Amino acid sequence: MNVNLTLIINMIFFAAFVFFCMKFVWPHIMAAIEERQNKIAEGLAASERSQKDLELAQEKAAEILREAKGQSAELVDSAKKRHTEIVDSAKDDARAEADKIKSGAQAEIEQEVNRAREQLRSKVATLAVAGAEKVIERNIDEAANNDMFDKLVKDL
Amino acid sequence: MASSENLDSVGYIKHHLQNLQVCKTDEGWVWNQCQEAGFWAINVDSLLFAFLLGALFCFSFWRVAKNAKIENPGKWQSMVEMVVEFVDKSVKDTFHGRNPLIAPLALTIFVWVVLMNMMDWIPVDLLPWVAEQTNVHVLGNEPHTSYLKFLPTADVNITFSLSIGVFLLILFYSIKVKGIGGFIGELTLHPFSSKNKFVQVLLIPVNLLMETIGLIAKPISLGLRLFGNLYAAELLFILIAILMSTGIGGLVGGFISYMGWAIFHILVIPLQAFIFMMLTIVYLSQAHEDH
Repeated sequence: MNVNLTLIINMIFFAAFVFFCMKFVWPHIMAAIEERQNKIAEGLAASERSQKDLELAQEKAAEILREAKGQSAELVDSAKKRHTEIVDSAKDDARAEADKIKSGAQAEIEQEVNRAREQLRSKVATLAVAGAEKVIERNIDEAANNDMFDKLVKDL
Repeated sequence: MASSENLDSVGYIKHHLQNLQVCKTDEGWVWNQCQEAGFWAINVDSLLFAFLLGALFCFSFWRVAKNAKIENPGKWQSMVEMVVEFVDKSVKDTFHGRNPLIAPLALTIFVWVVLMNMMDWIPVDLLPWVAEQTNVHVLGNEPHTSYLKFLPTADVNITFSLSIGVFLLILFYSIKVKGIGGFIGELTLHPFSSKNKFVQVLLIPVNLLMETIGLIAKPISLGLRLFGNLYAAELLFILIAILMSTGIGGLVGGFISYMGWAIFHILVIPLQAFIFMMLTIVYLSQAHEDH
């Protein structure tokens, strides 16, 4: 245990190592650590922010969905209404058309009946005259007979 | 016990505790004949290992500092950062001023002292045996001229060079922060003071004596604590090594106690380094405090 020059030399080593550590080691490692700490803090803040954003977006989406549902219900309602309207008006149109066709047909039928009746009437008159001519087998005053048969035909 | 059939136990211990020294005499630089040289001898082995370990610390930490990755640090970087953060926390807990020197100083002391103390784990005869082989077979010297004490912190020069370095910083910052007048005032006007001028003058020598002793005690206790612990540790390892040479029972008992003592030093080695670092921080923090 004798103190000698070793002490002085090692003090110089000591000073050199401390200086080296102070200049080239400590600041760089501390800077790296602090930068990482900042990055982690930033990352956490960002994740919190994005979570909040996500919540807002979800709320917004839910609202939009609700609105869309309301709108679609309205649309369906109005479509239903329109549908019944169209069906109703179509029904009315059809009915009117049918009535028109029916009345036209009836008028035609009536006409045909009348015409047939006229023909029948004239044919019956001729037949009756011919029949009577055969029965009586004598020539009678055609004019007087025609009057009588016309009267008969009218009564038919 | 590789070295020496012709050495008895005392010789073995002495041989192990003898530094490899070089000094300048009338015949120039000589090895191992420095009993007369006094202060002007150099403990080559202590200095060599101290320097290598300090350089190892600087280099390995510098490599991490240079290639520090922010995103995904490697295992070694994580470990270095752990040590740095541990030291940083210790400094911030104790030292409240702003001084860019304190934290790197504490880191250097802590890691360097841990590394030097860790030499204690190397078997006591391994490196001296290598040195002896080199000395005899490469350099062609006599076997008994081979000395190697490879545990730097068991050399009082190394521990005192650290503690005196710290002491100089204490003086420097005391004077820088308080001024010369303030520092002298601190040494002379405390702990006893009086309103009466005459009594105060009488108290000055008492205060000066007490405060100076307190001040001087700081580096001495720092250096001696570390030296004492590691010297004792090394001495016990040497004694256990002697025990191992005393037959089969001694070998088994020596093996177990060597292992136990080494395991105990898992606690002692970082603890001594931590105490040295912590006291350095505390002393420098006191030096910065203005009363």
